[in-house]
Amino acid sequence: MKIARLLSLDNWKRWLWSTVRFVLIVGLAFVILYPILQKISTAFKHQKDLYSPVVVWVPEHFSLENFRIAIWIMDYWNTLLNTILLAGITTILTTASCALAGYAFARLKIKGGKILFAGVILTILVPPTTILIPIYMNLREFTFMGIIPLLTGDSVNLLNSYWPFILTAITASSLKAGLFIFIFRQFFKGIPKVIEEAAYIDGAGVGTTFFRIMLPNALPAIVTVMLFSFVWQWNDTFYTTTYLTSSNVLATQLSSLPYNLAIQLDGEAGTNDPFFQSMVQDTGILLSMLPLIIMYLFVQRYFVQSVERSGVVG
Amino acid sequence: MKPIANIREKLQSYEGQKAFWGFIFVFPWLIGFIVFFMIPLINSLRYSLSNIEASSEGIQITYIGFTNYVQALTVNTTFNRILVESLIDIIVNVPLIVIFSLFLAVVLNQKFFGRSVSRAIFFLPVILASGVIMNLESSSLVQAVNQQAASSSGAINALSSFELERMMLRAGVHETIVLYLSGAVNRIYDIVSQSGVQILIFLAGIQSISPQLYEASKVEGATGYEAFWKITLPMVSPLILVNVIYTIIDSFSRSPVTDVIMSTGFDTFNFGLSSAMAWLYFLSIMLILMVSTYFISKRVFYQE
Repeated sequence: MKIARLLSLDNWKRWLWSTVRFVLIVGLAFVILYPILQKISTAFKHQKDLYSPVVVWVPEHFSLENFRIAIWIMDYWNTLLNTILLAGITTILTTASCALAGYAFARLKIKGGKILFAGVILTILVPPTTILIPIYMNLREFTFMGIIPLLTGDSVNLLNSYWPFILTAITASSLKAGLFIFIFRQFFKGIPKVIEEAAYIDGAGVGTTFFRIMLPNALPAIVTVMLFSFVWQWNDTFYTTTYLTSSNVLATQLSSLPYNLAIQLDGEAGTNDPFFQSMVQDTGILLSMLPLIIMYLFVQRYFVQSVERSGVVG
Repeated sequence: MKPIANIREKLQSYEGQKAFWGFIFVFPWLIGFIVFFMIPLINSLRYSLSNIEASSEGIQITYIGFTNYVQALTVNTTFNRILVESLIDIIVNVPLIVIFSLFLAVVLNQKFFGRSVSRAIFFLPVILASGVIMNLESSSLVQAVNQQAASSSGAINALSSFELERMMLRAGVHETIVLYLSGAVNRIYDIVSQSGVQILIFLAGIQSISPQLYEASKVEGATGYEAFWKITLPMVSPLILVNVIYTIIDSFSRSPVTDVIMSTGFDTFNFGLSSAMAWLYFLSIMLILMVSTYFISKRVFYQE
């Protein structure tokens, strides 16, 4: 009898916690999803629906007008292609260079390795704003430590090209690269040394060991770094708007969207309306998030798992 | 001939090979570190101490000492206010984000129906809430109107933090704490959207705790509440430090100080003043980082 009552009390407690947890998670999930749902609903609305008091979520007149205008103003398909290209190139190069550096810091003996690794930490800690202006001036008259003028006689202007991104990616100093090196180092430290030594005894050099044994083992870390790198590059406006002023990538298009909207829509009748412009702007944001959301749907399972296994936790 | 033979001999040993390849592997990063980090950093310090004039012949840099710093702090009308505001923002937000993400990580680690879906949703902000999307969202008119409509409709209003505030004040909780907590409730979207990576890190940490510890404590009669304070919290305490640092660093990209620095640099072309502001920002962030690291690392539990 007593045991039964105790059991039921326990049961009650469990049920109560489940309910609280359910409410909490649903509520917070709603908070996160709310802006996205809002945008989807706004994107399909017709201009008439904006002023209709009846329409809150489900539009009365479905229309693809917003999409048409947003795609037209942003030059969407072209921009999308550019963005994928830029983010893809930087992602692959950054991952490669950071993996090499991370492995070297984890396992190979470098003279002054500790001091150099402190340098990596420093690159994480210094706000990018602090070094942006010198980098900007450096890229405008790029000399690469005085080597380029020796060859061609003059410095080159790298702004408004993809070169700044490619160069920083190859040299593992692009956006948040310090963090990636850190992730790789932690991961490689977690792989047992015995494996490497066995490979060496079997006749593999350091290079072979790295490419044939360590890299395949580091797949979770590679996936994590590639995902973060891709997403951050995609969303980055800080470097993108300074390096690229006239090229079309989503980040620059989005930040100039309100301005372009005001200019382009001025001619058409009835569109000179801040609410309508805001509606198109929301559609534009949705369009630029869409590829990321679709990608995330496919990789999210892998994403969560890989972070769990990638030794970010060290 | 001798040095070459020497190198070759060195390369044949395992250690020698490691040193050689280590240098090769680090080399790209080292170049990047020097060209894209060290030189700009030093240059930035130099700019901040000088007056820069751009003319047709190039730029002229004249040393003027700390004038730029003085100007940034005393003459410029907005900089010191924005700097202080954003630093206070960091100090207010960091504990909230870390505690919230630890709590959510614990919840998301439990087994329940729809766990993988809710995990996927909670990591969504990692992807979406950054950069330009955030900026544009805050200026969206449609959203603002909708929010107004929602908050005036009563049903949600009843649940807003106003009631909570009154209840807590009546219960005798100190006013600053009440204001802090209700402020947190009102900014819940900001906090949730900034804590994606932190939840991930905590979740990974919790999963690496060996289940034997929990089993043993259960046998000894510990409740779930006690297990959290005595096992989970000490075991993830190194990650608290990691997350505090990450949260502070993550705030760079959202900081309004960045906008001020950029506009001083690129709109008015006052590179010297802009660099001085950037250095002031960097130094104050470092101060916060050092203080918080000092206090947290004293309490962190390491297994070794």
